Amino acid sequence: MSVPASAPAARPVQGRARMSPRRRARISRGIQYALLVVALLALALAMDWDRIGENIFNVDAAKALLPKLPGAFLNTITYTLSAFAVGLSLGTVLALMRLSSVAPYRWIATAYIEFFRGIPALLVVFSFGYAVPIALGVRIDSLTLKVALALGMVAAAYIAETIRAGIQAVPPGQVEAARSLGMSHGRTLVTVVIPQAFRIVLPPMTNEIVLLTKDTSLVFALGLMSTQLDLTRVGRDALNSASGGGLTGLFVVGLCYLAITIPLGLFARWLERRTGKGARS
Amino acid sequence: MTATAEGTNAGGATAPVVEMVGLRKSFGDREVLKGIDLTVTPGEVVCIIGPSGSGKSTLLRCVNQLEEATGGTVTVLGTEITDPDVDIDAVRQRVGMVFQQFNLFTHQTVLENCTVAQRKVLRRSKAEAEEVAMRNLAHVGLADRAPAHPSHLSGGQQQRVAIARALSMDPQLMLFDEPTSALDPELVGDVLSVMRALAERGMTMLVVTHEMAFAREVADRVVFMDDGQIVEQGAPAQVIGAPQHERTQAFLERVLDPTHQHPGTA
Repeated sequence: MSVPASAPAARPVQGRARMSPRRRARISRGIQYALLVVALLALALAMDWDRIGENIFNVDAAKALLPKLPGAFLNTITYTLSAFAVGLSLGTVLALMRLSSVAPYRWIATAYIEFFRGIPALLVVFSFGYAVPIALGVRIDSLTLKVALALGMVAAAYIAETIRAGIQAVPPGQVEAARSLGMSHGRTLVTVVIPQAFRIVLPPMTNEIVLLTKDTSLVFALGLMSTQLDLTRVGRDALNSASGGGLTGLFVVGLCYLAITIPLGLFARWLERRTGKGARS
Repeated sequence: MTATAEGTNAGGATAPVVEMVGLRKSFGDREVLKGIDLTVTPGEVVCIIGPSGSGKSTLLRCVNQLEEATGGTVTVLGTEITDPDVDIDAVRQRVGMVFQQFNLFTHQTVLENCTVAQRKVLRRSKAEAEEVAMRNLAHVGLADRAPAHPSHLSGGQQQRVAIARALSMDPQLMLFDEPTSALDPELVGDVLSVMRALAERGMTMLVVTHEMAFAREVADRVVFMDDGQIVEQGAPAQVIGAPQHERTQAFLERVLDPTHQHPGTA
């Protein structure tokens, strides 16, 4: 595209006093940086650093928590993974039901999704803790199983919608190509649609796991014994303990959650890069 | 132009490959095919031309039932596919199709694109499937791109891979749905020469195209469609060179207008 060199000159320059857009942008950036520095300085001066050190970054209080952390950390991960396993399997089934050509399957799946998406997860956890054993006469002894079912059933509603959207985002031409080669409907789904939907679904699915990791803090609603610890419980106990430290316990536990969720995000990004290598549509 | 090339197809040399009788297709209230009768014999290359919206692509897609006919019958390779109980997958295995938008599987390499159906549908071994795929990739001049992903190929290369993928199933009929319409002009030639070579090897081909030069040189028969009907058909020299119908003349005038003339059509 070759623009004649004389083209810009066609419009006369309107006075010198007017700033060029580039210069204006530079000044605007300078002002923004200055504001930031002022705000940070004000914050630093206004803070009571001794108090913060005592109540949030209290090393002694943090050390006191240390023995409890590995177990709680592991429990949180176990709850997350088992709930995700339930959510993913149930979610996949629900997604396929929503795409079914049999109308009642679609209705059931839609009703399920609307119901569990619309109620607080805490209600479901409460139900599994207290109501289900009494109302249905089913006793679930394993705490992990209870968590997995309660949170998994809620997660399934979200995961189903994610998977359905992923499947529908696969271009119809891909399906036509597969069918024209003689692949059956099911074979096409397994060989072409699901592998491509997986790539599409990866980023939102990472979100689901991160949300699920945080939702495991709701296990307290199942009625726990004092030996059953997850990260949030450790933080709460620290808050109530007499050993002081104020917010330190919650802060440390918060860091532990980040130690799970941030690597998860990095892993997903790596997986995305790997599966998406040269395979953009 | 030979009337019928010496078909390499085994058996039933005289039985038609495609036979449409009174084929109708509607989308809702809109009837896009209004009673089509068309027969394709073994080894024949039939080009379908006509204005957009005339039903050409729909007609082609009725041959492997990507669109289901709403009336009439379609018989492909001796199987009446308009019979509701037909095993359409068995017919599709023997009918290759090439799409305007290539539709290569984006999550697979070029080689995988050409082997996946051979392995999953024809149950060929990996070694055999790869041998067949490499032979067909060599035919289209892309054997060296076997490990590449489709997104790293030009449109013309992708379309040639799509042809190799279809050929790897050893089809007895090839359907081409505007195979060069999505390509940059300088890439059209490669795809057309692959198709020409295929025609010379005796493949039965049904081609929807806007490439008049190709239709004129390669087709045994040209079918002009307008408004869901076959208006005129016959040898290319006749239909393109000396069209009888007013609608054919009007269409060709627009397509062959000197300001849009394709080199070689003169």
